[in-house]
Parts: sequence; structure tokens; C-alpha cells
Amino acid sequence: MTALADRPAGTRVPRGRRPALVVGIAVVALLVAMVLSVVVGAALLSPVQVWAGLTGTGADQTVAIVQDLRVPRTLLGALVGIALGVAGALMQGHTRNPLADPGLLGVSAGAGFLLVVAIQFLGITSLYGTVWFGFAGAGLASVLVFALASLGGSRAGGPTPVTLALAGVAVSELLIAITSALVLRDTSSLDAYRFWSAGALDDKDSLASLQIAPFVLAGLVLAAINAPGLNVLALGEDTARGLGHHVGRARALGIAAITLLAGSAVAVAGPISFVGLVAPHIARFFTGPDHRWLLPVAGLGGATLVLVADVVGRLVVRPGELQVGIVLAVVGAPFFIALVRRRKLARL
Amino acid sequence: MTTDLTRPDVGKTTRTRLRTEGLQVGYDDELVVGADGGLDLDVVEGTVTAVIGPNGCGKSTLLRAMARLLAPRHGHVLLDGQRIDRMPSKQVATVLGVLPQDPVAPEGLVVADLVARGRHPHQRWFRQWSPDDEAVVTEALAWTGTSEFADRPLETLSGGQRQRVWISMALAQGTDVLLLDEPTTFLDLAHQVDVLDLVERLHRERGRTVVMVLHDLNLAARYADRLVAMHDGRIACSGAPADVLTEQTMRDVFGLEAKIVEDPVSGTPLVLPVGRRQRERDDSDS
Repeated sequence: MTALADRPAGTRVPRGRRPALVVGIAVVALLVAMVLSVVVGAALLSPVQVWAGLTGTGADQTVAIVQDLRVPRTLLGALVGIALGVAGALMQGHTRNPLADPGLLGVSAGAGFLLVVAIQFLGITSLYGTVWFGFAGAGLASVLVFALASLGGSRAGGPTPVTLALAGVAVSELLIAITSALVLRDTSSLDAYRFWSAGALDDKDSLASLQIAPFVLAGLVLAAINAPGLNVLALGEDTARGLGHHVGRARALGIAAITLLAGSAVAVAGPISFVGLVAPHIARFFTGPDHRWLLPVAGLGGATLVLVADVVGRLVVRPGELQVGIVLAVVGAPFFIALVRRRKLARL
Repeated sequence: MTTDLTRPDVGKTTRTRLRTEGLQVGYDDELVVGADGGLDLDVVEGTVTAVIGPNGCGKSTLLRAMARLLAPRHGHVLLDGQRIDRMPSKQVATVLGVLPQDPVAPEGLVVADLVARGRHPHQRWFRQWSPDDEAVVTEALAWTGTSEFADRPLETLSGGQRQRVWISMALAQGTDVLLLDEPTTFLDLAHQVDVLDLVERLHRERGRTVVMVLHDLNLAARYADRLVAMHDGRIACSGAPADVLTEQTMRDVFGLEAKIVEDPVSGTPLVLPVGRRQRERDDSDS
């Protein structure tokens, strides 16, 4: 007991695990993926050239490629991956459903819908404009889902995992149907929608997309505040209330965080499948169910996944590119199946 | 900050810790508890109260309302004289603990981490874990005999062991008043006795005030100071086990013909149901 009493106040380290080590490894993996993402591309650069490009001492073209294309794209990929990984872990935690992903809140369908509306009816084509419509659509859809789920939820505590899932599916299907009807009328919005819905990072538009960074940061702060409460919510709503936790408040906080994170990611990169689903599972495998460790590792893992998939996409069909969403689906699906087969996924 | 496992001062008073006044609780349009003008119940400090009654009589609903898991339609629940719905939830959680009927835990959660979550009401976001918390958790595990499972995931334990772990969590929460919703469901007889022994020790050694919903009348009579028999959402009768468990009550509340004898082990009433088969046999004999 004395040995225990010597430990300084702070975050309790879960038993039998070394989460700090896991976080360290996840950080290193992300750094490696970021370096690869800057080095590998249509024009293969040597590390020396990249360094020269970064410091601005290389050839003009190299400097342009590295500073204007590769670095923003890498930062964007990392940002999108972190957002989707953390949002997925939050979503699975709040719904206690291992198959939940951020798309369940209707963010993807909502972003796609307003994106098409912006292109078709308002004639907005530049990414500086469409990003905001995608983001607003994601936000509106998740607010709608949350409101509908609250109507059907328990009297005291707002939406339940089941009503959230049902409302999410209903709203998504409705928005996707309307979006499909709209894009069939108009070729230019169909093209834009098709490209967006494949899920992609893009060289030339990365800088515009980085506008979403403040929203991702805000979402991460909310997620951090939500983490201890999510641990208590994992014991069921009754136990959580018995422990003095405001279930409705925690749900609202979590859904605000998911909306900010997934909404930002989906607005700029399209509905990148699998990251929000798989990253939390991989993270949980190493950290266990404590969200204070699970959330950061899911974010770091999500970023690594997106960047690696993006690099692979640049290599497989050179000199062309395969979009990151497609790579993730093609590589991610078998990987996920293998994961499920090797060890049954944790119940939540 | 004091350690929460020390025995609270149990005066020989009859101070009411938890009280319901004109309580009416229900789901949707139907009142389950207190339909005939509201339910009044006093829970006195340092007692063990068992709520009994047939299925659907509203005993779990009453317990959930007392634990502020359900909002009453009318009336109030008072904790130490204060309206529970007007107190900050975290403050309530340092005085009143509740163990729901079928608690859930995520897979992979180890026992010590689960018990540690009982410290939630004592924590703030910026001060998550203190040596004090660690000491309380260690002692709660030792006290319920679950220290040896500390590093094992909950799902690898048996039902009886798991229930002891949940009680450890409630103990780590350090509340004077503890509400238990059918703590012995799904357990075999040996483990039922095991869990109730633990509750009895909580009461005797820790001075906890306990209210629990129980199905087994004979165990309720043994372990409770006071029985509250419910029928159709109201209290049919309450008092010492010997006063409540009568042949008349069995007939009125449970619709069951029964003989009451003295429990040779504990001296409390023992209910012996007279089934239809037995009754028919008696009739043909006479």
C-alpha cells in the first residue's frame, strides 16, 4: 500500500497494460508514415532532395513539390485520419456497438447532400466554398439524428444506443436518396459528387482543405473532456447515473465532438470508409477499454492508416493515383476480416 | 480527504436517511408505483430493508426511483431531508450508491479497473486519480475477497465472483446508503447466501444502510431488519419479518397458500408454499 501511495496523483494506469508504451509506438508509426508520405509520390524524391525542399535550398521545382503539394497533403491526411479514428472510437463507445462508425450519425450523407446542393443550385465549385457546405451538411445531419434519437430515447437520459443507430440509418438513407436524385439531373455535380464520394486526398487542394484544422482541434478537446465519462457510460446508463454522471450531457458532448471531427474529415476527404471502424479496434487491442488511452491511440492509428493507404494509392497505378478511400476499402476489408477471425472483437 | 471505508458514525438514532413522499412513478401513461395517492416510505439509518412482492408489483421501479434513475410523476425522494432531484448528481453519488439488476461491463475490463470506476464521483476531470483512490480500491477488493482476481478480465469470472466485484465497486464508491436491485438473480443458492453475507457484513461492519429488492422470501427474512411487501404499486405491509411474513400476507400479496414456520437456523419466519398438488392431496385425505 505504501508503494501505491507514493504514486503521484494523476491518471490511473490500467492494470496489466503499458499504455504509455503503446502511445509511444503509435507516435513513431505515424512519424514514419508522414515521412513516407512526403518522400513517395508521382515524382520519387530522395530523402536528400526532400530535405532540400523542406528547407527551401533545393531546385525550385523540388521546393514547390515538397512545400506546396506533399507537406500539405501529408498534414491533411494525418488530420483526417486522427479525426476519423477518434470519432470512430467515440461513436463505438457511445453506442456500445462494435460495428458503429462515424457515418452512423449521418455525417457522410449530410455532407454529400449539401455539397451537391452547393454545386448544383449555388454554383459553388471551389473547394474553399464547398468544404463549408460539406461541413454544415454533416453538422445538420447529426443534429437531426440526435434530435430524432432523443425523441425515441429514454425519458431522462436522451438518446439510447439503439435509437441513435436507427435514427442514423433512417436519416442517412433519406439524404442519400435525395442526393442521388439531384446528381442524376446534373453532370457537373455528378462528377464532383462521384470524386468526393470515393474518398480522396488531393495534391492541389490540400491547402484549402486545411481550413478545417481548428474544427478538428476543437473536436479533439471535446473528446478529451468526454473520455472519463465514456468509461463510466461503458458500465451502462443506470450504473453511470448511480455514479453521479450526467448521461444526457455526456451524450451531447460526445455527439458534438463526433460531429466536429467526422464532419471536418468527411467534408474535405469524402466518406473514407473503414478508418473510423478499424482504427478503434486496432487501438483497443493494445490499450484495452480505457478511453483515456483508447482515444489517442485510435487517433494516431487512424492517421497512420490514412497516410499509408494514400502512399500505397500513389504507387500501385503510377503515374496515376488510386484514391485513398478505395485503397482503404480494398486493403482494409481483408485486414479487418483477418482481425475478426484471429481474435473475436471485443464486446462493448 | 478521509478514507471512505471507515465506519460512519452510526448513532442509535432513528434518523431517516431516505424517504419517499407521495411518490408516483410510471412508464408512459401507466403509473406503476403509487397509483392510489402516492407511496410513502422511510428508510432509517443503519438498517437493512428488503422490498418483496410478486412480479410486476413495482418493487424495482420503486428502487429505481429512489436511486433517481427514474423521475417521479408526482411526489419526491428525499435524501437526508433534501430533495434528491435538486441535489447535484455527483453529490448524491457520494452518499447514495446503486447496483442495477444486470450491470454491464466492456469486454477486457479487468476487475481492479472496474472497481476503480466506483471512484468516479470523487474525481474531477483534472484530478483523475489519487493515492487515496488507490488505497480505497485496494481495500475494497480485499474486503470482498476479490483481490486475487484484480488483474483478470471480468468476463472470465463466475457469476458469483462477478457480483462480489460489483459490490466492491459500490464499496469503493464509499456511500452510506446502498440500493441493490435483485443482487442475487442468476446465482445458485450457495452464491446467493455468499452475496447476502457480504451485504450483511457491509451493514454490520461498515454501518451501511441497505435497501434491496429480493425475490427469495426466506433469505429476505433472514438478512433484513425490515420487510416491505408491495402489491399493485403500493405497500401492502411493512415491518419486522415476523410481522410481515404471515399466512394472511402470503395470501393477499402473493396469492399463495403457505404455511409459516420458524426457521430452525435463524429463528426468522420460513415460508413453506402449499402447492395445488399438495392441496388436492389434503382435500382427498379429509
